[in-house]
Amino acid sequence: MKGETIDDRALVLDRDDTVATALADLEAASSLSYDGRTIELTENVPFGHKVAMEPIPAGDPVRKYGSVIATATEAIQPGDWVHTHNCESNRGRGDTTAEVSDR
Amino acid sequence: MMPTFTGYRRESGRIGIRNRVAVLPVSVAASSIAERIAEQGGPDVVATPHQMGTSQADAAREQTERVLVGTGQNPNVGAALVVGLGTEAIDASELADRIGANGTPTEALSIRAAGGTKASVDAGGELIDGLVAEANQARRESADASELVFGVECGGSDATSGIAANPAVGNACDRLVDDGGTASFSETPEFIGAEHVLAERCVSEDTRERLLERVERRESLADAMGVDMRGAQPSPGNQEGGLTTIEEKSLGAIAKGGTTPIRGIVEYAEQLPVGGGLVLMDTPGYDVESVVGKVAGGAQVIAFTTGRGSTTGNPIAPVIKVTGNPDTADRMASNMDVDASTVLEGESIAEVGDRIYRTLLSVADGTLTEAERRGMAEFAINEIQPRELAALGDPL
Repeated sequence: MKGETIDDRALVLDRDDTVATALADLEAASSLSYDGRTIELTENVPFGHKVAMEPIPAGDPVRKYGSVIATATEAIQPGDWVHTHNCESNRGRGDTTAEVSDR
Repeated sequence: MMPTFTGYRRESGRIGIRNRVAVLPVSVAASSIAERIAEQGGPDVVATPHQMGTSQADAAREQTERVLVGTGQNPNVGAALVVGLGTEAIDASELADRIGANGTPTEALSIRAAGGTKASVDAGGELIDGLVAEANQARRESADASELVFGVECGGSDATSGIAANPAVGNACDRLVDDGGTASFSETPEFIGAEHVLAERCVSEDTRERLLERVERRESLADAMGVDMRGAQPSPGNQEGGLTTIEEKSLGAIAKGGTTPIRGIVEYAEQLPVGGGLVLMDTPGYDVESVVGKVAGGAQVIAFTTGRGSTTGNPIAPVIKVTGNPDTADRMASNMDVDASTVLEGESIAEVGDRIYRTLLSVADGTLTEAERRGMAEFAINEIQPRELAALGDPL
């Protein structure tokens, strides 16, 4: 598997990433040891979902695969579940584009 | 040593891995009768029912014709029957002639001329008997892996797709390309957010520009329609599986093409080169239409990765199902050909990639996929919508 596995329970795909992917159902108050730090989960994170490994201020990019996958819509703390409730896509957003044309 | 398999050498020089007789309706009006005609044949007689109307705007009709001709000319097809009601803008006889231009034995049938449903089913049955007899003259002979055109697809993605199943299929693509073959992936909406990674891998400036232009076109289409892509991309199922944004989905999706240079990008259902390395196809994000585009483009075999589970197949090309989700591997074992969820437990991507490559060669050699064994054979043609035509400068 590409990336770095944490305690067999999560995966960081690239060193620049700010989130890890859960490889099991992770429970609130459990912890992950990563990069010399202990990150305590603030809530449950289901298998396949993402947990923040760094603080991400509102408006800052969320990184996975070494690329930007979203922008935080609120301040995200390490150990938070990261999904559609606290970050959003920057692409394919016809709803935010004022111009509606036949171009 | 070059890996080999046995296949059916066609008059065109291409090699087929199945010996199907295809019954191709030119419109929805002929689809039910095409299915009834195919039912009378053996297991290798397959229909491609679809929903296209009897008349379409020029650009849309040309795309439908390209799909039907490409499907009939796929090397897995040993003979083809084209069926029309007789009122369509696409003439069944002309389409049969276009398919036959590469040496494929073809026949055409007009439902009106034959005298309605029963007469057409009877007449179609007789034509099929003759075409099956012609196709059955083909014998398997040895061919090199370099002659394979391998289409890769994903559907029902979740977070395991980008971590396990897609990189493992990508590794199999790398192996095939190293052996001189062609691999192709598509679904342009799922390049959005990952185009910077793909652009860096294009062999030429021309390919790079075309790729970026195609991605922009798909994205601006969403803009032109005032659509928030988040409603469909990622889909609610993708989101349940942990995918938050289209960017995240795309970065995982592109892994299924492997790591070799991108040699070109072709239109929906346009011919893919043999011995061409990794080539992209500009298709919509709807998996069945996307698979059909690549099969019409000449792919003899498809790998389909799924996290959440899918049962889909194709009437012309075997579809190898690969999952990276341990739960899906277990629950839907009867629909999966390769379990790549072992990656999550530590099996290397290269090892799983090797298993997929060996499965590919075995399926090429005649081993049936789970989708084939269960008669799964979805077919759908992408229809260019009026707003797309307008955006392309070809209004209705």
